[in-house]
Amino acid sequence: MTINDSPLRHAICIIEEQSGFTLEDLCRACAANMESGSEIIIELVEEGVLEPTGTSPAEWRFDGLSVRRARVALTLWRDLGVNTAGAALALQLMEELEVLRSRMTALGGG
Amino acid sequence: MEFKDYYEIMGVKRDATQDEIKRAYRKLARKYHPDVSKEKDAEARFKEVGEAYEVLKEPDKRAAYDQLGANWKGGQDFRPPPDWDEGFEFRGRGDAGKDDGIHSDFFDSLFGRGRGGPGAAHQRSFNMQGEDHHARIAIDIGDSYAGATRTITLKMAEVDEQGRVVTREHVLNVAIPKGVRSGQQIRLAGKGGPGIGAGKSGDLYLQVEFHRHPIFRADGRDVYLDVPVAPWEAALGAGIKVPTPEGSVEMKVPPKSRAGSKLRLKGRGLPGNPAGDLYVVLQIALPPADNETAIAAYRKMAADLPFNPRAEMGV
Repeated sequence: MTINDSPLRHAICIIEEQSGFTLEDLCRACAANMESGSEIIIELVEEGVLEPTGTSPAEWRFDGLSVRRARVALTLWRDLGVNTAGAALALQLMEELEVLRSRMTALGGG
Repeated sequence: MEFKDYYEIMGVKRDATQDEIKRAYRKLARKYHPDVSKEKDAEARFKEVGEAYEVLKEPDKRAAYDQLGANWKGGQDFRPPPDWDEGFEFRGRGDAGKDDGIHSDFFDSLFGRGRGGPGAAHQRSFNMQGEDHHARIAIDIGDSYAGATRTITLKMAEVDEQGRVVTREHVLNVAIPKGVRSGQQIRLAGKGGPGIGAGKSGDLYLQVEFHRHPIFRADGRDVYLDVPVAPWEAALGAGIKVPTPEGSVEMKVPPKSRAGSKLRLKGRGLPGNPAGDLYVVLQIALPPADNETAIAAYRKMAADLPFNPRAEMGV
């Protein structure tokens, strides 16, 4: 995949609406180096947090939500010493919380 | 410059053990981590706590800091005494910076300027892509409907010609893409930290949030608003005018509507593919009983209608 095909080629884009991110794109968007970044991203795929299409890491393509999840998981790992299973749990709870907060605002309670 | 009381920041005593300091750090880091926290100033607090921990977790640095004395109070004007760090291991290393943090002047004066980004401490002839930056931006819900340009000011650490880290203000014009939702991230290619050598600039990621709007509330791509109707409009049905972020529209309130009924205006939520929906939540507004006519009308309803609003409560 050349850089021109990458979803990161646009000058301005909404990350969550892009797809087709490669493992390398993901590491780049998470400001992680390829080595430690991809190791954790592979663990996150095994954990079921990230669900790329494609069968092998080289063929994996991620959606925009994965970019955010990977970034949060990587910062939690780096800043709080959370392992991938812990980060998976934290992400799940954070996303639930986000839905609840958004719903609460929509209902006029927040 | 202001003295920083790292013990106070961490909420530990000056004689705390390394384990206690670590526990305090983990607790505060969880509390203020910008990805987790909804606290105000979470990011600033997280940085402050990180800086305090960076000093206190390393016995060398902690000892050096301790010998400044226990009489300093946070916020006091401070100048480091000359040669204050003589004999300590970290002296002159100047690599105290974490990749992503900007330290306080206080920290920098004691432990040296941190690295401004990956590789900033290295010499020339070294090419590396600039750091990505992350920031938040608050926009109005209307900006997502129409698209908009917003000017934002960001503080960014940069490496100057002498290789020192300086903080510069960047003013950016950001075109807000139509249909962006609260919680999403906008990426601006090449608007992050400058690259080193021939390296490209990093990218800027903006996490979008909506300002609270007096009328409209977004949930994902759907938008909600409360619309008051008169009791007879709800009971008998009516054509009413409702505001939307794109101007007002006519809509039908069906007969026998109740308070809290949701009426959907398809495709009138945030634009996109598919566009969200706009939900009108009916509120029943009572006419005030502040004149003879109104009082007489309420009396007549009370007399004519066999209505128990608490029937479902069994009383």
